[in-house]
Amino acid sequence: MATWIRRGRLVDTLTGGIDECDLIIDGERIAKILPSGYFYDQGSDLKLIDASDMLVIPGMIDMHVHLREPGEEYKETVSTGCLAAVAGGFTAIACMPNTLPPNDCRAVTEFILEQARRAGSARVYPIAAITLARKGKVLTEFGDLKAAGAVGVSDDGSPVSDSEVMRRALEYAKYHGLRVISHCEDLKLSMDGVMHEGEVSTSIGLPGIPAAAEAVMVHRDICLSELTGCPVHIAHVSTEASVELIRRGKEKGIQVTAETAPHYFSLDHTAVIGYETCAKVNPPLRTPKDIQAIRKGLVEGVIDVIATDHAPHSPLEKELEFDKAASGMIGLQTALPLVLSLVREGVIGLVQAIEKLTISPARVLGVQGGYLKEGSIADLTIVDPDFRYIFSKDQIVSKSKNSPFIGREMTGNVYLTMTGGRVVWERKA
Amino acid sequence: MNNLNYKDLLGIGQLSLETIKLILDTAESFKEVSIRDIKKVPTLRGKSVITFFYEPSTRTRTSFEMAAKRLSADTISLSASSSSMVKGETLIDTAKNLQAMNPDIIVIRHSSTGAPHLIARHVRAGVVNAGDGINEHPSQALLDLFTIREKKGRIEGLKVVIMGDISHSRVARSNILGLRKMGAEVTISGPPTMMPDKAESLGVKVVNDPREAVKDKDVIMVLRIQLERQGKNLFPSLREYAAYFGVNGNVLKYAKDDAIIMHPGPVNRGVELSSEVADGPRSVILDQVTNGVAVRMAILYLLIGGLRVGNVD
Repeated sequence: MATWIRRGRLVDTLTGGIDECDLIIDGERIAKILPSGYFYDQGSDLKLIDASDMLVIPGMIDMHVHLREPGEEYKETVSTGCLAAVAGGFTAIACMPNTLPPNDCRAVTEFILEQARRAGSARVYPIAAITLARKGKVLTEFGDLKAAGAVGVSDDGSPVSDSEVMRRALEYAKYHGLRVISHCEDLKLSMDGVMHEGEVSTSIGLPGIPAAAEAVMVHRDICLSELTGCPVHIAHVSTEASVELIRRGKEKGIQVTAETAPHYFSLDHTAVIGYETCAKVNPPLRTPKDIQAIRKGLVEGVIDVIATDHAPHSPLEKELEFDKAASGMIGLQTALPLVLSLVREGVIGLVQAIEKLTISPARVLGVQGGYLKEGSIADLTIVDPDFRYIFSKDQIVSKSKNSPFIGREMTGNVYLTMTGGRVVWERKA
Repeated sequence: MNNLNYKDLLGIGQLSLETIKLILDTAESFKEVSIRDIKKVPTLRGKSVITFFYEPSTRTRTSFEMAAKRLSADTISLSASSSSMVKGETLIDTAKNLQAMNPDIIVIRHSSTGAPHLIARHVRAGVVNAGDGINEHPSQALLDLFTIREKKGRIEGLKVVIMGDISHSRVARSNILGLRKMGAEVTISGPPTMMPDKAESLGVKVVNDPREAVKDKDVIMVLRIQLERQGKNLFPSLREYAAYFGVNGNVLKYAKDDAIIMHPGPVNRGVELSSEVADGPRSVILDQVTNGVAVRMAILYLLIGGLRVGNVD
């Protein structure tokens, strides 16, 4: 059966244009893209989707997600995480290796892919660990992991502190064509800090993490990328200094790419006041000045990608003393409205914003998708940009509900998500 | 009606100037109880106070228990090692279990900033913060304010210097908040490694050199150097700390003749404070301890009074 998506405003990430179009989906591919109003006679066996006043965008790709399976299925599973993804408009997600056991071998990578196949909603691209058990000592089998389906390597929350190991990882990853993703944090500098070091930490008496804890490692990784000639991708950029370092690296022609998460351009460190553990995240929420720099970095192309760092935690890890609570927040369902809010504020153009959620992560990871044209796989999201609602706990599809955005008024959400020509999410009513 | 209109005392930050004055005035009337022959009044008879100390303490716990007993309240003390926390119970569960026994006040000290605030959200009892992480130690600041007012007759317009590891000191934070609210001018002093980030945002001046810092000050408050921080490179050695940042007779030469010396205890003699200064004529360190009981009597009395008029939920 074919699907006819009518009168949507198609966001073309290849040309930068937005035009009202009709799309004919046949099987798993886009058969035709036609000017709106064209009569397409396909007989009776044609599903009609009215996308008037909606945006039709390439299926969004989130390159930084924690799925918690195997090991912490009470927080999230591959299946629930994929459902949360499609509910948020993501047709593909890359999952970080900090599971139990960690994804540091073929067996775990294959298991995750098998669970994703069973779930059958979003595409899942495993990111494997750089080192065994994410301990920063011994490289994992990059070749075997890539053959099993891993698209990149990262030790994520346990960054590779040993610069020699990081150098070798980059050299070896270059040979295998695996993207190295770095969580930049000097663990000695962040020490026992639990929030951004600044006037808020000083005022409410919590140990701080200086902005420099991120920047020094960003600088190191850019230097190592230059040394090895291997591209490096900087995860969840949160500070002004990091943006500046990445800008300079790019200007020198070093192959550095970067992502930020919606909370780093939406919330500042005052969100922690009251010891709100749902606002505890690593790297921590920074200052309004950092937010401005992140926004500028997005517009100027210093930051290539918006990724959520979706990090599900249960009340067992969150309803605790602030310093004992786990870091991280869920983000799959709030990313799109937070990005659209930037667009409405006039910070960034719509197409550029959508690129950072689609074609840009596809290029960084070297995976399919990110654009819509005739013949391409029908991974797409229909967005209702003006839909207003209060984001509430009962709308959360993820198994975990740890979001600082609960109760916030949002504008814009997902009307429909399609993966490989199949409708995998539809907004109710 | 004498009550605090608060369920809990979590920090100086939450208190209005009027409330601070009310506590100090109430403490004044309670101070007399401790010098009576029979050191007990029936004010809180039938009330129960739990002191729950997750971190070691002699002075503060004894002071709170003494205060409660002099008001005829029943006291039960729990420490981390005797509680179920060692069995892995969460703080919220422990708090709910304590609440199930209907205490009137839970006095808590905890190594985590915000732990008393977390408990306060889950119990009906009044919660008194007896020190949380590096955040606040409100009863200490109140007894310090009481002592300053007693010795100097006022707080407004006084010049106060707080010396030591300000970054990691809940005593400093509470005192800065309280002194600023009461209209004092506050300077902090110590090595740069011990000054908090954006210290000026607290409304204080930073003067690293102790000789410079004590100049023209009415009150010199010296903090305990936590020996366990040695090796974290906040200072090279105790010897060097004493030589460059310790308060001794030589440093005091730069201070006013009528400046008073305060210290929350316990003192590391010969480190942050020399014995000649600690035991000297300007020292009011033991008066602080005496006043601590009166101030804590006032806190318990006012909080329970507040609860009595139905200020819960």
